[in-house]
Order: sequence, then structure tokens, then C-alpha cells
Amino acid sequence: MNISYMYSLIAVIILFLLAYVGVKFPGGEVFFGIIIPYLALIIFILGFINRVIDWARSPVPFRIPTTCGQQKSLPWIKSANIDNPSTTGGVVVRMILEVVFFRSLFRNTKCELKESDKISYEWEKWLWLFSLTFHWAFFTVLFRHLRLFTEPVPACVQLVAKLDGFLQIGLPGLMLSGVALLAAVTFLFLRRILIPQVKYISLGSDYFPLFLIFGIAFTGILMRYFTKVDIVGVKEFTMSLVTLNPHVIKGIGGVFYVHLFFVSVLLVYFPFSKLMHLGGIFMSPTRNMVNNSRAKRHVNPWNYPVKIHTYDAYEDEFREKMIEIGLPVEKMIAPETPEEPEEKE
Amino acid sequence: MPNNKKMYDKGKVVAGLCIFVVLITFPFWFNLGKAAPAPEPKLSDKAKAAKECVMPKATMKTEHMQILNEWRDTVVRDAKRIYTNPSGKKFNMSLSNTCLDCHVEKAEFCDKCHNYASVTPYCWECHIDPKEAK
Repeated sequence: MNISYMYSLIAVIILFLLAYVGVKFPGGEVFFGIIIPYLALIIFILGFINRVIDWARSPVPFRIPTTCGQQKSLPWIKSANIDNPSTTGGVVVRMILEVVFFRSLFRNTKCELKESDKISYEWEKWLWLFSLTFHWAFFTVLFRHLRLFTEPVPACVQLVAKLDGFLQIGLPGLMLSGVALLAAVTFLFLRRILIPQVKYISLGSDYFPLFLIFGIAFTGILMRYFTKVDIVGVKEFTMSLVTLNPHVIKGIGGVFYVHLFFVSVLLVYFPFSKLMHLGGIFMSPTRNMVNNSRAKRHVNPWNYPVKIHTYDAYEDEFREKMIEIGLPVEKMIAPETPEEPEEKE
Repeated sequence: MPNNKKMYDKGKVVAGLCIFVVLITFPFWFNLGKAAPAPEPKLSDKAKAAKECVMPKATMKTEHMQILNEWRDTVVRDAKRIYTNPSGKKFNMSLSNTCLDCHVEKAEFCDKCHNYASVTPYCWECHIDPKEAK
């Protein structure tokens, strides 16, 4: 037992009960169905903007990209244009590959002591694979949900849904993204509790979003395949939300409100948590900077004018006194010692 | 610098945030000025007269796809064609002959909700709607 994940798990269970029971009280449907989701969306958008602006106000005085290849130098030395970008184009390609394929995570290695004293670094791709699965599955699920928020439903949303369910298993057809999402979240959770080093550094704020997303996926799958929700009623309700004409539809059921409440909690939690890596990835100086500090001068933005006294000025001020006590000087007073400059080598 | 109000790369950051807000609020501006009332599947006179389908309305609404799936398996695999519902009424398990017999118009009944919920059942890849076929 570990308080970090126990507290997170208990928090998610309490949130579940809160929505499940709360919606049965008079006005509960309006509260959990209309007020909370609207508030959550506003907090999400404003919180997100606020956080990004806060980051944009932090100066990044030096070029600090993480370099993974040869820097551009002499023309006959082959340089890594993407892994050590010297142009904006290189940075754009690097960012796209990072955001879409998690390229830096692909380099993940596992460090272990073998035979008690030999250090070894091993190939470790599972984290990359499941993170990529998790993010893409989550995105696919989110994108498919547009069918409930648009009328008429755009063709691209229909196409994604068709591809997602192309195995045509059961009815309603099994969506692969849902299975992948649940499997990947489970992996990411097990990784945190089974690997001792990862468990040691995991906090409540690591477990909570995992449980919450697990809860969202679980309630969604429950509604689609098992308890069965009145989907036309749900769409009537979601459309009323996005056309700013909200009204409660009767008989949608408690699980739906739990699902909606979980999503609202995720939206509110988002800007204040590690989930902000969604915006943060674009703001990472180690990824989004051009490595050109040898070609271009970058001035520290918080440099203030410093009062300086150069050696030349210093010598001008004290030359006579320096000569008097025998200190070497750069410039002699002209007529007196013509042989001095040679000595300065 | 704690009190520095200057934003670095302001143009890029603001552009990025604008894209973010536009994407997030997509459903709001996509549906702007459109009313999207829930569809009313049209019941034929025969269906109205029958009052109840194979199962009660609420069950049919959420479970009809599974009932049809079971019907298909029973007919194709076990060659059994008669279905008895909980109240003892017997039905011939057939989409074209039983379901469409009452719900005469596919376009006015099935398609209305399916289009609204963006569902494309593959029933009609094998079965035909006698009306559309003509």
C-alpha cells in the first residue's frame, strides 16, 4: 500500500459517487450536466492561456537545445540538421517528430547494475510504445466524440470511426481506440507500481490523472457496450450544450453524468497539473530552439547597462603612476622609452 | 525576473494560443446558428397499431442492434427462425420481412437516428430495403 496511489484512487472513487448520487437530487442534472461542464471548459481555456503566457514571460537567455547529433560547423563536416537544428526549418521538423512520434522518448534506455558491479544500459522501448499508444488512442477517442458535438457530422469524423471499428466485432462495433486506451493506461499505471525506482518517484499527481483517465475510459466503455445509453438522447443533450441552448434530457442515466463529471474534472485539473505538457512541449527551450549560438550572437534579455572600466581607460588614468613604480604598461608615454614595445610580447 | 511583464516570442505564442482556442471551441462555432433537434423516427400506421415492438420501446432503443445480432446468429448458425419474446409473442427472425414489415420506410425510420448519431450499421451490405431496391 502506498498513500500516493491510495489517495488518488479514493479521490476518483469519491468523484464517481459524487456525480452518481448527486445527479439523483433535484437540480443535480442541471448542476452536473450544464453548470459544471461549462465552468470546467472556461477554467480549462483561461487556465491554459494563463499558464502559457506565464511561461512566455520567462526569459530563456541562452541557447539550450538538447543536441543529439553533429552541430553545423564547417561545410565538409556532415551535420545533423534535425537532431541539432541550425535553422528554423530543422526545428519545425524536429518539433513535429517530437510531438507526433515522441522521438526523444524513443531513445529511452534502462540503466542497471549487472553482476552486482557492472553498469549496463539497455534498450527500453515499452514506455515509448505505450505512451504513443496512449496518446494516439486518447486523441482518436476524443476526435470520434465530435460526432456528438457536430451536426451534420463531418466526413473525417465518420471515416475515423469507421477505421477505428474496422474489425466489426460485436454490436455496437468494437472501437480499437477504446481498448488501446484502457490497455495503455493500465500499462502506465503498472509501470509506476511495479518498477521500484519509478514507484519511489511517483506522487499523487502522477496517479490521479491515470485513475481519472481510466475512469473516463471505463465509464465510456460501460455505456457503449454494457449498460447501453440512449445515444440519440445523449447527442440531443450535447448538441444543446454546444449550441448554447442547454437543457436536460431525461433518462440518460447516472453513468453518463459520471463520465461527463470525470471529463469536467480532468479539464479543470488540466491547467494546474503536469497534464499541461500539452502546451509545454511547444514551449520547451530544449526542443524549440535553434542551435546557432556560434553563428549568431544572442544577448541575455535581462542584461542591464553595466558601468565598465576597461583596462585601456584604467591605464590612461594611472599610466604615469604605474611607470613611476615600475609596473609594465601597454602604451608608453611616447618620447621617453622607444625600446619598450618590443618587451611587451 | 519575477515582475517582468514582457512576453518573449509574443507573436508565436499568441498565434499558438489562438490556434488552441479555435480548435477547442470547434463545436461551438461549427454549430453556430444551427438548431439540431433530435430526429423523430416516423412510425408507420402498422407500427402504431401494433403498439409494441419485439421488446418495450426503451429496450428497443438501446438494444436493438444486439437483438438483431442474436437473431442473425440464431438463424444462420442454428437455422432457427422463430423468436419468442418475454410476453410469449412469436416473431419470424428476419430483418427484411419482420422489422421492415412494420417499419416500412428505412429512410424515415432507421436512417434518421443512425445519421444523427453517425452510426453506419453494416446490415445493408447484405440485406436490401425492398423500397430502395425498386
